[in-house]
Amino acid sequence: MENYLYTALFSPLVSSLFVAVFAARPKMLFTGIVASLLIAVSMICSFVLLVDVNTYGPLHVTMMDWITAGNLEIPFGFVVDEVSVIMMVTVTLVSTIVHIYSIGYMDHDKSFNRFFSYLSAFVFSMMILVMSDNFVGLFIGWEGVGLCSWLLIGFWYHKHSASWAANEAFIMNRIADLGMLMGLFLIYWNVGSFQYDDVFAAAPELPVSIVVTIGIFLFIGAMGKSAQFPLHTWLADAMEGPTPVSALIHAATMVTAGVYLVIRAGELYSLIPHVGFAIASLGAFVAVFAASMALVNNDLKRIIAYSTLSQLGYMFVAAGLGAYWIALFHLMTHAFFKSLLFLGAGNVMHAMHDELNIKKMGGLYGSMKATAILMSVASVALAGIYPFAGFFSKDKILEVAFNEGAYGLWLALFIGAGLTAFYSFRLVMLVFFGEKEHVKYGIHPHDAQPFVIYALLPLGLLAIIAGFFEPMFEAFVTRLVSEYHIHIPHATEYLLIAATLGIALSGIGFAVYKYKRGGFSKSLEDKACYRLLSNQYYIPKLYECYIMRPFTVLSKFVWQKIDMKVVDFTVDIIAKCIYASGQEARKIQSGNLSDMLRWMIVGMLVLLAFAIVYSAMM
Amino acid sequence: MIGLTHYLVLTGILFSIGLVGVMRRTNLLMLFFSTEILLNAVNIGFVAVSKFYGDLSGQMFAFFIIAVAASEVAVGLGLLILWYKRNGSVDLNSLQMMKG
Repeated sequence: MENYLYTALFSPLVSSLFVAVFAARPKMLFTGIVASLLIAVSMICSFVLLVDVNTYGPLHVTMMDWITAGNLEIPFGFVVDEVSVIMMVTVTLVSTIVHIYSIGYMDHDKSFNRFFSYLSAFVFSMMILVMSDNFVGLFIGWEGVGLCSWLLIGFWYHKHSASWAANEAFIMNRIADLGMLMGLFLIYWNVGSFQYDDVFAAAPELPVSIVVTIGIFLFIGAMGKSAQFPLHTWLADAMEGPTPVSALIHAATMVTAGVYLVIRAGELYSLIPHVGFAIASLGAFVAVFAASMALVNNDLKRIIAYSTLSQLGYMFVAAGLGAYWIALFHLMTHAFFKSLLFLGAGNVMHAMHDELNIKKMGGLYGSMKATAILMSVASVALAGIYPFAGFFSKDKILEVAFNEGAYGLWLALFIGAGLTAFYSFRLVMLVFFGEKEHVKYGIHPHDAQPFVIYALLPLGLLAIIAGFFEPMFEAFVTRLVSEYHIHIPHATEYLLIAATLGIALSGIGFAVYKYKRGGFSKSLEDKACYRLLSNQYYIPKLYECYIMRPFTVLSKFVWQKIDMKVVDFTVDIIAKCIYASGQEARKIQSGNLSDMLRWMIVGMLVLLAFAIVYSAMM
Repeated sequence: MIGLTHYLVLTGILFSIGLVGVMRRTNLLMLFFSTEILLNAVNIGFVAVSKFYGDLSGQMFAFFIIAVAASEVAVGLGLLILWYKRNGSVDLNSLQMMKG
């Protein structure tokens, strides 16, 4: 069993290192194949571990001592329990498909090999993150994921916008990581250990204020990685990276890390329900906030990005209200249909020669049937229509909100569900149906290579059937995380389900009806609320005016006034003094023996004087 | 009565004379003389202190110094004569080949 664990963990690393050898070379097909195979090996091992954990229970190994200093002992330990194994399976499954897909997608890119090296490193970081048995290992994976996202978002670094977006993502994550780090320091300060078991065992004895502080700091870290308001702007800008990267970031390896952290630290958060409620409220806010931005955006990938943001909000509602298994369940189902959406969007992009404006597409169904069907399936799942995967998980979250008596949250999520259905089908309608706008631009779209489509089929299948695993999933995961009971009468429950389904269906219906007739009139675009939404509530602008510009001015001041005039000046003075004294002292070297003798005597006298003073002092 | 102090004062005076000679003289021959004065000033000091304490090692040292000084002068004078033959002068100011 241990061998499976190590294989699952390290084969992405092996893949990354092996492919990195060829990183600077022109495209070599085998690098993509080897990387995909190794990730697939990792996936198979993860599935074996899933079965094993189901049969024998969690597996905990300590590979070696890592940091031992004074009282601080951090082993390189890994735990495969009900939560981490679900994460492993989700991550490796999606990653395998993304790898295979990338062979087709990156076909014409000259940095083909480099791409696969980064991609595998990304998976490895995420595996470290989910498998570690202590907070420090989690933090290492956390930072690794941040680094790999920077490398991949800025993969086409010659584009200014790409390197800008990469830096934005990295810096925003760094800000949040400071919060995470503070949380870790507080944990060590108060518990004296980073092991999950020790921390959760000690948490009930700690003062509530400390637990609250730790909870808030850890959640700040999660907010950065999972792109919650107000640290959400990087996620939409991260669309500058290649599309498979977006799929990976959104479905498997990055934004889910924040949700995972909250689920993992669930025992901590269940001690502080009011912080949990704050998390849930933020989640519900983001769910509606992001969905509203997706309504009017015309960028294919940004719409999907905002929908991820919105779905992460749903996950945080569930996690914040203590329904950890439901949060994890939504994380898993969301991973399947979101990666499918992104990879489908990648096909569309290729067909459209990297055109992203959905207003310039339309009628693509005729030329890209397979992609159109897959993306429609994913959209239906995202909208939450029975019997697709999204229905089961999203509906459960709404029930949780209702069950907790948080009707405000429930209403927000309810509206969010309607908006989700609308924007998903707005996208589908504008891209695949309606007028063939792209003909005007002289583009002749064609579907992706067959193997790319076949690679997407498992995701399509999972987007349809994953919801039916719900009872098994609940029984499995609640062996580790706390159970969650819903005490709503059955009649009310069915009413809720009907209402949610109703709003989702009407959202879809409205989108289909409206965009079949050519969409909304142009005059809508001049309305204030439309402009507010299409400018993302002016938040990026706000950040630019009130954070970036003052910070640039401050940095310039510090550079020109403090660094150049004080620090550099002082250092220069020291150098100049030494140089000048050298110039002066050169004159001693006259080459004249008499002068040398005189200096010798002077030196002797000085030493003598020292000796006298020293002996007098003693 | 002549005591240790007188000897040491003599040593001091001789040493100072030698030191001034080393500093002021530019003739290489005179420099040798000054060095001899320095060495012998120290010799007198050694012998006087040795006699005063009844310890023979000081006098032994004086003998060593005389031997070393003799050999030094032998080598030094040899070099000096060679230098004089080549340059016609033993003035220190003409001896600046090593100037950087």
